[in-house]
Parts: sequence; C-alpha cells; structure tokens
Amino acid sequence: MAGFPYFPHTEADVRSMLERIGVGKIEDLYADVPKEFVKKGAYALPDAMSEPEVRAWLNALAGMNAKMKVFVGAGAYDHYTPSVIPYITSRSEFLTAYTPYQCEISQGTLRYIFEFQSMVCELTGMDISNASLYDGPTAAAEAMKMAIACTKKKTRVLLSKTLLPHVVKVVETYAKFHGVEIGYVPATDGQTSLEALKAELAKDDVAGVIVPETNRYGIIEDHTGFADAIHAVKALLIEYCDPSTLAVIKTPAEWGADIAVGDGQSLGIPLCFGGPYVGFMGVKKEHMRKMPGRIVGQTTDKDGKRAYVLTLQAREQHIKREKATSNICSNESLMALWVTVYLSLMGPNGLREVNKLSSDGAHYLYDELVKTGKFEEVFPGKPFLKEFVLKPKKFPGLLQRDLEQAGFFAALDTEEGYVSFCVTEQRTKEEIDELVKIVKEG
Amino acid sequence: MKYYDKLVFELSKEGRVGYSLPVNRFPAAPEIPAALRREASLDLPEVSEPDVVRHYTNLSQMNFGVDTGFYPLGSCTMKYNPKINEEVAALPGFAGLHPLEHAGLTKGALKVYQEMEKALAAITGMYAFTFDPCAGAHGELTGLMIMRQYHMMRGDLARTKVIVPDSAHGTNPASAAVCGLEVVEVKSLENGRVDVEALKPLLDGTVAGMMMTNPNTLGLFETQIKEIAELVHGVGGLMYYDGANMNPLMGVVRPGDMGFDIMHLNLHKTFSTPHGGGGPGSGPVGVAEHLVDCLPDIRVSGFHGNFGVILRAYAYILMLGKQNLKKVGQYSVLSANYIKECLKDAYKLPIEGVCKHEFVFDGLVNDGAHDDVHGATTLDVAKRLLDFGFHAPTIYFPLLFHQALMIEPTETESKETIDAFIDVMHKIAAEAAEDPRILQEAPHNAPIKRPDETTAARNPILKFKDTL
Repeated sequence: MAGFPYFPHTEADVRSMLERIGVGKIEDLYADVPKEFVKKGAYALPDAMSEPEVRAWLNALAGMNAKMKVFVGAGAYDHYTPSVIPYITSRSEFLTAYTPYQCEISQGTLRYIFEFQSMVCELTGMDISNASLYDGPTAAAEAMKMAIACTKKKTRVLLSKTLLPHVVKVVETYAKFHGVEIGYVPATDGQTSLEALKAELAKDDVAGVIVPETNRYGIIEDHTGFADAIHAVKALLIEYCDPSTLAVIKTPAEWGADIAVGDGQSLGIPLCFGGPYVGFMGVKKEHMRKMPGRIVGQTTDKDGKRAYVLTLQAREQHIKREKATSNICSNESLMALWVTVYLSLMGPNGLREVNKLSSDGAHYLYDELVKTGKFEEVFPGKPFLKEFVLKPKKFPGLLQRDLEQAGFFAALDTEEGYVSFCVTEQRTKEEIDELVKIVKEG
Repeated sequence: MKYYDKLVFELSKEGRVGYSLPVNRFPAAPEIPAALRREASLDLPEVSEPDVVRHYTNLSQMNFGVDTGFYPLGSCTMKYNPKINEEVAALPGFAGLHPLEHAGLTKGALKVYQEMEKALAAITGMYAFTFDPCAGAHGELTGLMIMRQYHMMRGDLARTKVIVPDSAHGTNPASAAVCGLEVVEVKSLENGRVDVEALKPLLDGTVAGMMMTNPNTLGLFETQIKEIAELVHGVGGLMYYDGANMNPLMGVVRPGDMGFDIMHLNLHKTFSTPHGGGGPGSGPVGVAEHLVDCLPDIRVSGFHGNFGVILRAYAYILMLGKQNLKKVGQYSVLSANYIKECLKDAYKLPIEGVCKHEFVFDGLVNDGAHDDVHGATTLDVAKRLLDFGFHAPTIYFPLLFHQALMIEPTETESKETIDAFIDVMHKIAAEAAEDPRILQEAPHNAPIKRPDETTAARNPILKFKDTL
C-alpha cells in the first residue's frame, strides 16, 4: 500500500479493524450495495500528484491570470486587507471548527459572531443582525422573502432599476421559484424615482421595496420620503448598502429602513474572483422572529459567567423544517470573522479615512478623465464616493484594450452604454495619472 | 482551554488606532451633501494592532477545531483540512482577481472550474456542474430550482410536490419550501430505509421529484434505490441526491449510476475544505445530460460561487488522484463500522448490520436511572465527551430516535485516536451506570459550564449595546 499523508491507517490497522468487525475485507462492508452500482474500472481522474507538484501546478495556474490594477467595483471592491486578518482567520481553532453546536467549546466562534452582529448593527443602525448570509445578492433575496413573510397576502416586491445587475439577477431567480412577483422602479437622473415608486405602491400588493444606498452608477441616492411612502402601504423598505460607505453616508436606519442588507466584501475581504464573501442583514426589532439564519445571543452559564449561544433557533430549518424562515444552514462564518477583525483594526476613524482616500482619488480621476474631452458626463453634479460612470464619446473597445495592455482593469461596460470606474485607497496617484495618460493618448 | 471574558468593544480607548493607510495626495473631493451624511455616531472599537491580535488569539483558544482533536460530528464529515489547500487559495494570482474580469484575463481561474467540473463529473457520474451555490443547503435549493425549471420548460406545470423521507436533513424540506414546492414526507421502515410501499401511493403527475441522501442519515445504504428511482421516474419525477453523505461512496459508487438526475456536493465536507466555524462552504450542483439546458437562467450567487473554496477542493482532488479516491470511501466506512461494533455493548444500536460512513446509537444501554435519580441522556453523554478532549457527535438527529447520537469518524483519524474515543465512550457509559450526575453536570473543565439558553431566547441580548 503506497502511503498517503491524509490516511493514517496502516495495513495492520485495517486488518485488526476488519477482524474486530468480523468481516474478511473492506469490500464486504459494501455488501449491501447492489452489485450493479459498484463502479467497475478506474475513475476518469488524473493521477495523484505529490504536494510539490500540486504547489507548482497551482502556482502555474495562478500565473495564467493577468495581474491587473483594479479600477472597477460593481459589487466587488479592491480595498486593503491588513495583514492581521489572514493571520487571525487562519488560526486552526477558528478555521477548522464546525458550526458552534457545542457552545461550551465554541465560545471563540460564538463571541466573534456576537461582535460581528454588534458591528453590523452599528454600521447600519439597525436593531438586530444575524450571523451572516452567503453574499450580498442572496441577502437581498432573503430580504425579499422576509418582506413577503412579514406582510401577509402581498405578493409583489419592487426592485429599483439602479440596483447592481448581479443583485437583480439573484433576486429575480429566487422570486421566480418562491412565487414572488417582481416589479421595477425606474430611475430619474441616475437615482431611484420617488414618483415612479409612488405609482407602483398605489397598486396595493407591494410587500417590500429594495433600493440601493449607493447605486450601480456610484451615486449616493437620496431616499427622502421613501420610508413614508412605503410604510403608508404597510410595505417594508429594504436598503441595499455597501457597508464600508456607511461610515460616512446616511445609515439604512436613518432612511427608515425595515431591513438593511449588503455584502461585507468591501470590509477588507479579497476579491478572489467573487467569493467567498459575506452577506449581512440587519432588521428592526419587530421583525426578529422572521429573520433568516443563525443568531448568537448573550447569556450566563451555571456559574454566572458570561456565555454566548445560538439562540432563537425556533426559526431555523433543523427545528422547523419546511416551516423555517429560510433553508440556510452553513453561512459564511469565517468571513464574518474576517470583517470583524477588519472593523476592529480600522475603527471609526480608519473606516472614515478609507472612504476619504477612495472618494478623493475617485473624484480626482473623474475630473482628470472629463478634462481629456473623451467622455461626456452622464450625471453631472450627482454625489458619489468611490465609483462613477461616464459616457465615452467613441466606442470604448479600443480604450479598454489600451488600458488592459498597460495592466489596468478599468472602464467596465454597463448595460446603458456607459463605462464605470472605481478607486479605492489602494490606487495611487501615479496609477491614476498613468491611466489618464493612456486615455488622453488613445 | 481557558476562559477569556472580553468583547473587542471593551478594549476600546478613544484615540487608539489599529490601521495604517497611505498619505492622502489627492485634492479634497466635494463634501457629501448634508442630507446624505451619516448623523449617528459610529461606535466601532478603537484598538491597537497588538490588542486586536491578542484578543482574537484568546478567543480562538476557547474553540475546538479538527486540528485540536477528534470531531465525530455525524453528517458533517469533519475530516482533516490539508494545509496545501490554504496555501494555494491565498496565492495573489487568485486572491487578487476581480470577478468581472473577462475570460482573457482569468485563464487560470477558468481552468480550475473546467478541471473541477471534469473531476466532479467523473466522481459522481453527473454530466455538468454549476459552482454558484455557496453551501449545501444552497446547493439543494439550486438543484430544486433546476428540477422545477425542467418541468416548467416542458410546460408541465402541475408538478408542485417533492417527496422527502422522514430521515432527511432538515435543510431538504426547508429548501423545498423556499423553492415553492410542497413537501410530502415518506416514512422509513423499521430497518431505517425508505418504505417503498408507502412511497407508491404518493406518486402521481403532481410530483416534481424526490430528494434522498444515500446512505441515509442513519448511515444505511438505501438498498432499494433502483426501484425507488424507477418508480419516481415512472411518474415523470426527477431524483435529487443530497450529497451531504457522499463520503462513503467516494471511489466506490456514483450517484449518477444509481439513477439520480440532480445532486449537490458539499466541498466543505467531502472535499476537505475547512468549515470555518459555519462556512464558507461550497455546494456545486451536478445534473444529468438531459437537464443541462435548465442551468443558464438560474443565478443563485453574485458572481462565480465561492471560488476560494473551490480552489481548495481542487488541490485536494489533485492530491487524491484516481489512486487514492477509493480509500476515502473505504476507510471512512471501515472506521465507522469499527466504532459501532466496539461500542454497541454500551450504547443502544437500533438497527444491526453494516453501516456506511456514520451510524446512529439511540442512547445508553444503562443510563443509570434509579429511584429518584434521572438517567443520563444523549445530551449528557455529549457534554461529558467535551471533558475528555473530544468533540461530541451530532445529537438528537435524525428525529427517528429519541436519543439519537450520530457518529461519523471520517477516513483521516488514526486507529489510536479512534480507540481512545472508544475507551472514553465506555468510561462515560460506566460513569452513567454508576452516577449519572457526573454526566449531567458536564462539562466540568470547558471554558464555560452549560449556559442558560432559556433566558437567552426569552430576553435576547444580541449586540454589544444591548449589554450596556
């Protein structure tokens, strides 16, 4: 038997275990499997690799990806990851644990989830947060389901046309199968239209409305009057937000939201081709029992020590089965830790500084690009932070090619024929000047 | 493990910083209009870097992972998480990749997806995979969407029901409900298998399909799977395979060959990626060839699923190769049967016979109940195990038995570890017989004693500010 590092059994071990069980060979343990289902012949898999070969091959694959200076956001932001975070999250006590079912030996996990919930509430202003969801788009889909569950007999959820496209697609998929009708609220001048919203709400079957705080054009939306209009028909206001920006812009709670959802990726999680990220959800207290996912609460143990437990579990699938508020079981716990460590390091001032650096850089890029004369402003004067769109005067293909050849991933095409840019604190003035130079010369 | 009683918020002191950012060399952007500005205070902790590191290190030391010790949590497949997986997933060439970069810029990442699809197809007998789902339950939901999409595309709109065995994972019925399907439960027989006679009357033109895990949650192979699949297919339904229990079949049996049309895998179980205290996972969904057209319109996560998790699983599959795949299944089954045989004198084994990767006891043979002393329960056994440095098995699931204790050792535990576990389980059984209170008061040496869960639910304290 050739050795394999993850299998401790020796031939002698196998023999003695088989003997204790009372069978002659391992195959006998599959005697209950109908013969026709036991695979005959080899599996169509590659030969086993040694660890050095795996390392070399994966390094080669990593090298096949282009190394780009990222000037695109659209739901995934290239913010800096402090070195402390991977150091902490790779601790095996966190990394190799399962869901904290045995709370007495899972206080580490339970405590950071409690901290995560506290930070989500702090950023969003909401009363209650859960232990995480898969990503921002699925969090929006869960919020859609929750709106239906909270407002009995209503069947329709409205989506703003200014939501990021990947959010819309996921919510539409869930809606189709969950039996929810989706309506759309168009934009006026780059932001969700209150007039159009009121017209849709007048149809009286609306359970909830999902609107973005910063939208697909990067614009900070003004939601004055939204909550009043939505609550007047007993529907829920769901704010989709980039949590990093909530350090400086109005919180979902300040807009009067019933549910806040979004993706925690902007809080120091690497781009990693789209995942793992972490969805979050904050809700008003009255919706606590309709909330999906795990929730950690504080209590005491028998000796009066402070202790943390999974709580309000009567909402969950392992108790309620088909009557649960959601089917979610595993969530994104380690990524919640990632975000929690990030926010611990950054604190209020660091997070404001990240926003300031990103926003100052983005406005600098915006102004310089407009000066080149190659773009039209689409939404002049509209407030934005780190992300914006422009309309190229010429077909942008050549420009994108030039940028790409110089190592820039920038000027992402949008459905409307604009191109979008994003600047985080990771982008230097030199990089921005170089990008602008390429545009100018293109 | 030592108890540590701080929240990071309690370490905060105004003026401390834990971050380091570049000097701002840009002209100031226009101020955010007042009406759009945050008004609330932002009470995040202000903590130095060493404080943060020490705080989370102290928290971690109140935690138990697979690297700490044996973790026989049934249905969760807590196998060893190889470290090469972590190394390759952190490579900047992967970690720095924006999800919207086009194919020409992401050749290496796309190759990982292609190779993974080929490998998973070979292992499962499925034809194509989607990697969007981020966890097992997410995979189930996606699979059921595919099931409904298939019927919808054929104009067969009457199929609104899905059949789920009473022994199924709780996520099965919950996923069906999220997908807009009505759940019809089918009973199990005394021998733990699906009751085929009870299934027959449930089958008609309203059945979209049936969800099964095989081996089932009792660790028993559903020997009548062929007949079940034929019956469900006979009325036009599809067979869904819940891959949570795929580990014992690795290298031996393929769900596709058993008649399943759709399935998910839990890469964080079967394919060795770490569970992270409850995710991130990855739940790729495989379909048979006739369902490929149902995949494209179904978008269940923002971008391409949990790529970082998929990468780890890919490294694992490369290490296994065709030479070692079969050992995964075989050794997991060997170890489970060994534990079962060694412990069935002290714990009630409700169903005799070979099991697969896991099995279920129904509590202690002698729980020590006498006169006015209550006997030790499965919960008490679980809590006592913690005192001996073992994680507890899954308890009170499946629901078929009142004192269920579900044990899954996996293939990566040595005979010495397993024997030590068996010894401790015997010792606990002896303690129970002698004085069940030793178990009832356990754990004795964990960082905390049993917590007051009733108060936690009655007066929820769910964030730091609730404690002030």
